[in-house]
Amino acid sequence: MRKKLSVVWKTLSVLLLIYTIIGGLLLPVPRLDIVNETIRALYFHVPMWFGMITMFTISTVYSILYLRKPTSDRDIVAVEFAHAGLMYGILGILTGMIWANYAWGSPWHGDPKQNGSAITTLIYLAYFVLRSSVDNREQKGRLSAVYNIFAFAAMIPLIFIIPRMTSSMHPGNGGNPGFNMYDLHSSMRMVFYPAVVGWILLGIWIATVRTRLRKAEEKILDMEYEKNN
Amino acid sequence: MLAIPAYSQEVEMADKMRSEGKIYVLVWIILTILAGLVVYLITIDRKASRLEKKLGQNKDL
Repeated sequence: MRKKLSVVWKTLSVLLLIYTIIGGLLLPVPRLDIVNETIRALYFHVPMWFGMITMFTISTVYSILYLRKPTSDRDIVAVEFAHAGLMYGILGILTGMIWANYAWGSPWHGDPKQNGSAITTLIYLAYFVLRSSVDNREQKGRLSAVYNIFAFAAMIPLIFIIPRMTSSMHPGNGGNPGFNMYDLHSSMRMVFYPAVVGWILLGIWIATVRTRLRKAEEKILDMEYEKNN
Repeated sequence: MLAIPAYSQEVEMADKMRSEGKIYVLVWIILTILAGLVVYLITIDRKASRLEKKLGQNKDL
């Protein structure tokens, strides 16, 4: 039953991504000055952030669960989802830089959202540094779970609040027109939402595979430990 | 500021590339890359399942 379900959502993820690429390149988009065809980057750049936030949320939930009842499985899930979230964050920054270079004139504009996402990436990188600096498994789990919750709490103002309070060049921030600007064409929604779901599911897929491999590794280590003692 | 020019036909888009059908080259190339990555991910997924079976973990996520 569980296996069947996993085949369903994994297939869904692939189908949505195929649709994103075909629809994203071929379906009509509004004709806007400055952005021109690059408006299609919305289908690929923005889902990276939705993916990152979803992965970090799952990671935080498992860190809270870990603090309630520390099991190595919960620790592993938290780490691997933070890992997948970081991957999406880095891809989001890189795709944003490519787009900004075209639309704003330079890859790094010091835009509040750019800076906020860069700081978020660093905060999460520190999570992995912290983990690798503690040897004791329980201490590592507890410390990094607490840090992970703080990292998530720091991300929210950096990405959602500060850019909306200052002048950001990102749509929907600092008095800029939001998504409505793109929504002139309802066909953009028809690609954008499936794209978001597709990329999120792909991230969950990658994170769960890594989680399973890590659990297997842990089990092997336990077996070796028992053999030697 | 940005609200006015939204729908004029004068805005330059890749109309020529589309009418010549060259856009499909891109569609196929990107789809091929996606297919390759997905197949790769499936093989890793299967490897994880085999490993779980060997370890008697039988937990399918």
